[in-house]
Amino acid sequence: MSILTPRVIPDRLQSPLARATKSWEALLLAVFIAVFVVNSFASPYFLNAWNLSDATFNFTEKAMIAFAMAMLIIAGEIDLSVASIIALASTAMGLAMTAGAGTPVLVLVGIGTGLVCGAFNAWLVAGLGLPSIVVTIGTMSLFRGISFIVLGDQAFTGYPESFAWFGQGYVFWVFSFEFVLFVVLALAYGILLHRTSFGRRVYAIGNNATAAAFSGIRVARVKATLFLLTGLMSGIAAVCLTSRLGSTRPSIATGMELEVVTMVVLGGVSILGGSGTIPGVVLAAFIMGLVTFGFGLLNVPGIVMSIFLGILLIAVIALPRLFSRRGLSRK
Amino acid sequence: MSLLKNREALLALAILVLLGLVTTRFAGFVAPSNLALVFNDTAPLMILAIGQMIVILTKCIDLSVAANLALTGMVSALLNGMGVPLVIILPAAILLGAALGAVNGLLVWKVGIPSIVVTLGTMTIFRGIIFLITNGKWVNAHEMTEGFKALPRAMLLGLPVMSWIAIAVILLATLALGRTALGRAFYAVGGNPHAAVYTGIDVGRTQAAAFVISGALAGLTGYLWVARYAVAYVDIAGGFELDVVAACVIGGVSIAGGAGSVAGAVLGAIFLGVIKNALPVVNISPFWQMAISGSAIILAVAFNAVQSRPKGRIILKSAEAR
Repeated sequence: MSILTPRVIPDRLQSPLARATKSWEALLLAVFIAVFVVNSFASPYFLNAWNLSDATFNFTEKAMIAFAMAMLIIAGEIDLSVASIIALASTAMGLAMTAGAGTPVLVLVGIGTGLVCGAFNAWLVAGLGLPSIVVTIGTMSLFRGISFIVLGDQAFTGYPESFAWFGQGYVFWVFSFEFVLFVVLALAYGILLHRTSFGRRVYAIGNNATAAAFSGIRVARVKATLFLLTGLMSGIAAVCLTSRLGSTRPSIATGMELEVVTMVVLGGVSILGGSGTIPGVVLAAFIMGLVTFGFGLLNVPGIVMSIFLGILLIAVIALPRLFSRRGLSRK
Repeated sequence: MSLLKNREALLALAILVLLGLVTTRFAGFVAPSNLALVFNDTAPLMILAIGQMIVILTKCIDLSVAANLALTGMVSALLNGMGVPLVIILPAAILLGAALGAVNGLLVWKVGIPSIVVTLGTMTIFRGIIFLITNGKWVNAHEMTEGFKALPRAMLLGLPVMSWIAIAVILLATLALGRTALGRAFYAVGGNPHAAVYTGIDVGRTQAAAFVISGALAGLTGYLWVARYAVAYVDIAGGFELDVVAACVIGGVSIAGGAGSVAGAVLGAIFLGVIKNALPVVNISPFWQMAISGSAIILAVAFNAVQSRPKGRIILKSAEAR
């Protein structure tokens, strides 16, 4: 890593149009269009409104978490426990269901569990000042571990019929509840990150936490809020996923944290913090969803898709750095 | 330095207390023969934890160790199936592991991608490659030759060869980290990369070297794992990378780099190994293991933070707000 590279400040700014065409989001848009076109030619079943609607289920739950994770990573922290929060929230919903809770209570339990888990991470990282990567590796084991203690090799099934709407219902025509929720959350996070002072604080902390603290930003409080948001999103994703699958196993959503981080990094968020945008993450979500869906139509096994995503993750970061050393200034 | 020693003594004490608690429920657990079994069972974790510790020393992290282990283990099993003798398989496994580690290392060194992103990617790629070369098929015990399976279990002076290999790795790593220029460079790079550059250490190359060592140890473990459990498939050692990181954190290796010891990583691994082996003995469902090791990680990292709070004089280190 180029630790000693000085930050280059150009003499004058590029025109907005030139900047937009050279941006990460423009590259992602080009990749998105390419994936879309290739898929349309590769399979006759691709260009079908209902099939495309099905494809959105591949990424909506992950993308919800990815919005919050993007802000967390921009602020220089990370949460690897999100998939385990889903497992624990889903288990809590299963317990509530067994106790006879109705759909509204189930939703509240799922979201509430997510918030509690987020608060626990927030306390450890922002309160005690522990490094988030290790803390959340720990809570990742802890949260899923509790699910395993509760469930062992069993599963909760038999959720009420009305509960299925969150993961299987449609708001109108081909637009599922999950997809509409995804769009609403994308707008909300876009505004939060790009149009509010809270969003500016997140960038400030990610670029230089010390300077941010000296300019009057309560760094710990902002970070705690971000962990709470990530927990909240995991809780919401748990509601959607549990509703879509109709069952809870302790192994639910295993490995999803890596897909979420991949989505965020693919979306142009620097893993070192300080830069990234919500539109980038939205595009990355669509790209990952379409690639997975297109491969699925072509009967490519899931593990081969994961190779492709692994290569994609490394390539999208490596290629700009290899082709032009300007890529380094993206940090 | 006395602080570090103190920490390892504390961890050793914690392990003794743990053993004491188990003994109250089941006295046979601390019989030397059983402790040797626990040590042997923990050998892969110890070997990998040492490699991981070296990577973490240099401010990096290697999440691909378990996938590397699975891939080299599968390749060893396939080579064995083709009739390649063991004297070639063992070095081939270590070399392949080192080569996979070098891929990580080069991406970190030459391309400048953060290690967590690189190894997150290679983790899925390595596992995917196993699927590509096997089509998801298993290599089962009856497809492996007796010699291939026998080596890790062969007894030598009362201990299985696998334990002896772990002991050899521990000794070599202790010597290499304490007595060679490269070993000291790992600490220098993690402790203060800026100062390391000024003393003439190439930070990127040192990090790449750490990945090669971690990869080579994962390759060695790959053969040992597959030969010991006599089965190879895509998902062997799934999620094991987290146990390895956990062993390091419990062993007092600082995730910020520059601080940690071989003894700490080994004791951290033994701590997890004792828990894993003790749970069934004291009639606790093995489903508790995950939550217990998660709690152990959180406690250990909190403990690390408390202990390292009165930091010594570190020159040129950038101040960090939290």
